[in-house]
Amino acid sequence: MTMPAQQVTPGLSGHPAALALINRHRVRAWEPLPWIIAIAFYFAFPNHLGFGTDLLVTILFALSLDLALGYAGIVTLGHAAFFGAGAYTVGMLAHHGIWTEPISGLFLAAGVAALIGFASGLILLRTTGLTLLMLTLCTMALLEEAANMGEKYTGGFDGLPNLPIPPLFGLFEFNPLYPRVQYVYVLCVLFVCFVFVRTLVYSPFGQSLTGIRENVLRMRAVGAPVNWRLVTCYTISAAIAGIAGGLWAQANAYVNLSTLGLDRAATVLIILVLGGYGRLYGAFIGAVVYMALSHFLAKVYPTAWQLGLGLLLMLIALFARNGVLGLWDQLTSRFIGKRGPT
Amino acid sequence: MSDVLLETRSLSKSFGALAASRDINFKLEAGARHALIGPNGAGKTTFINLLTGVFLPTQGQVLLKGRDITTMEQSARVKLGIARTFQINRLFRGLSVLENVYIAVAERLGAGNQMMKPAGMRKDIVDEAMRLLDMLKLSNDAGHRVSELPYGRQRLVELAIALGLKPDVLLLDEPAAGVPSAESHIILDAVAALPKHIGVLIIDHDMDLVFRFAQRITVLVGGAVFAEGTPKEIGADQRVRDVYLGQAHHG
Repeated sequence: MTMPAQQVTPGLSGHPAALALINRHRVRAWEPLPWIIAIAFYFAFPNHLGFGTDLLVTILFALSLDLALGYAGIVTLGHAAFFGAGAYTVGMLAHHGIWTEPISGLFLAAGVAALIGFASGLILLRTTGLTLLMLTLCTMALLEEAANMGEKYTGGFDGLPNLPIPPLFGLFEFNPLYPRVQYVYVLCVLFVCFVFVRTLVYSPFGQSLTGIRENVLRMRAVGAPVNWRLVTCYTISAAIAGIAGGLWAQANAYVNLSTLGLDRAATVLIILVLGGYGRLYGAFIGAVVYMALSHFLAKVYPTAWQLGLGLLLMLIALFARNGVLGLWDQLTSRFIGKRGPT
Repeated sequence: MSDVLLETRSLSKSFGALAASRDINFKLEAGARHALIGPNGAGKTTFINLLTGVFLPTQGQVLLKGRDITTMEQSARVKLGIARTFQINRLFRGLSVLENVYIAVAERLGAGNQMMKPAGMRKDIVDEAMRLLDMLKLSNDAGHRVSELPYGRQRLVELAIALGLKPDVLLLDEPAAGVPSAESHIILDAVAALPKHIGVLIIDHDMDLVFRFAQRITVLVGGAVFAEGTPKEIGADQRVRDVYLGQAHHG
């Protein structure tokens, strides 16, 4: 090519915008904070580790949704399909005595969920918007009904209780009453998955997902295989949701239809919107705010606690479209001065 | 320099009863600076969409470097060297200007599937995107979100994205529309500085621009080729003056 600007103009790669992009993936000073808090929680609240474990699983689930919804813009209301697929994979294998080892169980959960994500994604992701929303919902409903009717294998409406989960590495026993092992185990898995997702969203692949979210037509016009990218992203997202579901089944030692329901799918969506989607840590903030609030409200107003959540959501939808983190950005940029996009 | 890059053979497209393109035979040669003009609704943008694969034709063929690409997918055509800009900006509005161009360059280099390496570590892509922005006098806006730029600057980002694909065939759909005249020379300069071997097809309403830029002009009316020739021939063609240039001077 005979582009006149072929020789590197000095100073261009030192341009602030170029530097921002080049350093975007670097770990920022505050990023260890959530993990420090999670570790501190273990020591500070030994009696609430069940709640803590549930919270960490929810964060992982919300993170998987963020990849699909926040980054690639795949609007789904059926993400619990993959959570449930992972949970039932672990549950059924353990219940029927086929496979009980926890860590390899998670890989199996991820694999099954990924397979379902891939197969459904090939068909669903040709659509967008409301159609896509309905189809994801239908996929989940079909799985839920299958779990309900396949009583012999899935335990039907009652689910599968008392799953035999052997000790981790043959050493650390899962104790449902004192879920210390579960907490640490889930935290480690969350960390590994988070590092993976973080790497992914800052990669050229992740950048192309944001391109698809921002303008599909243009993305096609620059030669990107849009559908293939979406299917890939959806499959990875499904696998991570499957891991979250598998963790849930292992930590609770049971699995039931609630893992597959609209309730769970809607909750995780609310959590992500609450925290702020497309920004990695929105899953953390959203899950903490949602679960702490519902925990608190359920104690104060046992009959009408959902009312408080509803009001909060309305406020978020009206005044903070980008969730808590978006609000934070707005406030800091007002006081510190305008910044470019990150 | 008479290699035909892009060719159509009796290309037609109907939307129901509406014949948007009718029997278009067209050739774009390597190094060509070709303009496509015609009144509103003449089917200019439809023609671009047929060339790039947004629509499939009802009849006829599209050939790129002698190869039949009539039914080829859009992204595959881009890989073979066709790039376009849009009449109305289609940008990644929530992303920075640099990221917009980065995405295009990354796709050209096949980096879009790279998952485990940070985007910023592909210094080659960042540098190339920055050079393009510099060439288009956009480097001061590189860090800004596209949606924060004035429309005219956004038009330049359109062009930067297309140039990031290093095309052999560049289709410019009214590149200067909406650009303040004080800035339109940046777009023209950028087009003039393109590598000589690539074929450029430009659609525009600005007759000054067209007659300055083009070596060859095709006039489209009612979806069909109405006239074709050098700017001189087209300017002297009384029929063209009647249907098109006359109107344009009033409008």
